[in-house]
This record gives sequence, C-alpha cells and structure tokens, in this order.
Amino acid sequence: MAEIHFTSHLRNLVTDGPLSAEGATVGEALTNVLAAQPHVRGYVLDDRGSLRKHVCIFADGERLAHDGALGRRIGADTKIYVMQALSGG
Amino acid sequence: MSDHLLIATRKGLFALERKGAGWDSRLIGFEGVAVTNVLRTDGVIYAALKHGHFGAKLHRSDDGGATWRELTAPAFPADAADAPSLFQIWTMETGGRTHPGRLWIGAIPAGLFRSDDRGETWQLVSSFWNVPERKRWFGGGYDAAGIHSISPDPRDEDRVFLAISCGGVWESRDAGDSWSVLGKGLFAPYVPPEQAEDSAIQDPHRVVRCASAPDVMWMQHHAGIYRSADAGAHWTRLSPPTDDFGFAVAAHPRQAQIAWFVPAIKDEIRMPRDGALCVTRTDDGGQSWEIMRHGLPQRDAYDLIYRHGLEVDEAGERLAMGSTTGAVWTSENGGRSWALVNAHLPPIYAVRFV
Repeated sequence: MAEIHFTSHLRNLVTDGPLSAEGATVGEALTNVLAAQPHVRGYVLDDRGSLRKHVCIFADGERLAHDGALGRRIGADTKIYVMQALSGG
Repeated sequence: MSDHLLIATRKGLFALERKGAGWDSRLIGFEGVAVTNVLRTDGVIYAALKHGHFGAKLHRSDDGGATWRELTAPAFPADAADAPSLFQIWTMETGGRTHPGRLWIGAIPAGLFRSDDRGETWQLVSSFWNVPERKRWFGGGYDAAGIHSISPDPRDEDRVFLAISCGGVWESRDAGDSWSVLGKGLFAPYVPPEQAEDSAIQDPHRVVRCASAPDVMWMQHHAGIYRSADAGAHWTRLSPPTDDFGFAVAAHPRQAQIAWFVPAIKDEIRMPRDGALCVTRTDDGGQSWEIMRHGLPQRDAYDLIYRHGLEVDEAGERLAMGSTTGAVWTSENGGRSWALVNAHLPPIYAVRFV
C-alpha cells in the first residue's frame, strides 16, 4: 500500500501522519484515500477530478510534473507527498 | 541621503521627491500598466513592464522619466532548451563600475540575461539556463521559477551572485560563464523531508548584501531568515522574536551587523500579525532584535511588503517601504520611526532610491 502524506497546510482537514491506500497509480491511490476523506477531496482535486493547479505531488522522492502526476505508476511501498506548491503564493 | 525615490507599481511608475518635511508623489510613466521593477544608473532609468495582454517589455528614459523609448526586451532564443516565453522581468541590476554599460536582468522563467550596451541588446546566459539543477526548480509565487536577486561582488564584478524562487542561490566567478549552487545550511520544509536540504530547491525570497562587507549577505527565505558571512556559501538561521516569514530584507551599506526585515505570519496567511505592521532590525548580526512600530499602522493593517519593496539609502539611515495596499512609508532614523508618504498608490512591487 502506498503511504500518503498531506501538507501541514491541510492539517485542519486531515490528520498528521501518513495514510495508506491501494492503487497502481498516484491517481488511484489518491482516489482511494480521498474516498475515506471526502471533505479533503475538493482541496486536492478540482470539480473535474483534476489535480488542482497549485497542488504538487512528490512520489518516490521525485516532484512529479503536474500534467502527468495522477497517471504516474507507483509501487507497493511508494511514499506520496501531497504538498502546497509555492507557485500558488 | 537620497531625496528621490522611484516606485514601481501595478498601475505605473511613480517618482517621489523630498520636499521640506514631506515627499511629493508624481506618476511619471506607464499609467495603468504594471511596472515590475525599475533601475536607475548613470542617469538612465530602465522600467520593466508587464502588460496584462501584451507581454513583458523594457523601456528606457535618458531624461529622468520625461520621455521613454522602448528597447527590445530580453527573449529566450528559439534554440534554448525548452525555449519558454518571457513572462516577467523580475529584477534589473548594473554590472558595476568596472563594467559601464553592463546590465543584468533576472526573469520569470528563471533566465539570466546580460546586456553590455545599456540595454540595447540582450543575451540569455545559456550556461546558467543549462545547469542540470534547473530540472528541479519550481515556481514560487508565480507558476515558473524566477530570478529576483542579482548582486555582482563590488570587489570583483565578474563574480556574480543570484537567487531564485525556487531554485536556491548561485554564484559565477567568471561573469556568467560557469555556475555553482551555494546555500549550505538552508532548509526547505515544503518538500519531502529527505530533500529539505537540497540547495537547488530552496526558496530564498530575497537576498541582499552589505556593500562595504560584500561577504555578508542577508536572506529572507520562505521558511526563516538567514545570514551568511562567506558570500552565500554557508548560512545561519536567525531567530527573531517575531514571525520570521516575509519577503523583503535590507542590508546596511556600511555596517555588516545591521539589517532590516518586515515580518508577516507564515506562509498560508501572509499578513502582519494582529493587523499591526512592524519592521525588525538587528544591529549585531542577528543576535538581538528591535521591533519597530512607531509611525506604522497598528490596527487593521494588512500590508505585505514584497521582495523589492524595502530599501535603505547609501548612508544607511533613510529607509523607504512600499506595500501591497499602495502605502509608502519612509524613515529618517534607521527605521525607529516612520512617516506615511502616500496611502493610496497602486499595489507596490519595488521601491528604489535614486
């Protein structure tokens, strides 16, 4: 299961410490983890299900290009970080 | 002390002139157009514009702002890697007294451009655009990474320091032919923890140096404030008794222990704490701090001071500060008291003594 960490800027919505989710891609893992956190979903994904422009995903230590981030294939022990891109500030 | 200020705003370029106990404000160009930065050197004013619809432009005045001529703005050559379009000129600096006519521009995306003919022609410094670390840079404030601080070493003006949001701090010792990333000691809490000390993804919001002790640099970072005593190679995080988020920093031109910052609540808030604007000052290299509020609004103030919005004059006593709400303040005594000059300018990007 992938290990998913959320930025501290969402700390009032999601608990500290990683959550776990199944999925073959970043998008599947996020969909699964957000299914159990429906109040967080709209902060990470927009109303079309796309990654919000200024949300930044790291997987396996790599900052993913925004456009392909959700389609990125992941392994069973991938660490995913959902961060606030500084570009949004 | 300098009696003249240029103010680059969201809606034009303003000149402020000291008259008696106050300052006169005058719109001198580009009414309604964003002026993203301004530089005056050798009697020439350079204004960087960002038209909402028509792109980033560069203008020059040889008569103090009475008339302007558009120059060919820097551009990424078509054969540059990734060849982006110029989004914004973020900073302009002179090459220094040993290189008359030389100018540097730092842009968004983070291209460094050089002119050796007073801005008539510009060349992308391709050695910098091609550093492999560029793949790890990312935008800070804007969608793409950008260069906001450029500082030739006054002892050797081919030794050029620059800073990128978000791409760390860099140095060339050969006028831009080759580059090294600096910045040991900087820490980025906005990336996964194993990358937090990666020099090439740091977000220095602004870096300035002491003119008479050029190895001393001060940095407002996205996460904390820092000082370097070795021209940016190593940095020590300082611990003011206030918020240590902000954008602007000013270095005393003669005394290496003195600097000013403008604190705001970090980073998802970006407003003065409790609606009370203050400036902090250290006289001992960051060991102790004065929090200076006299003359600054202490209730219902939501002014943020951008990267180029705080400056100290060459004597080190007069300061000027311009805010996102269009307020300008000056101080005649090193920040210990401030006077409001104008509360109603457009949002301010840059303040420069000339």
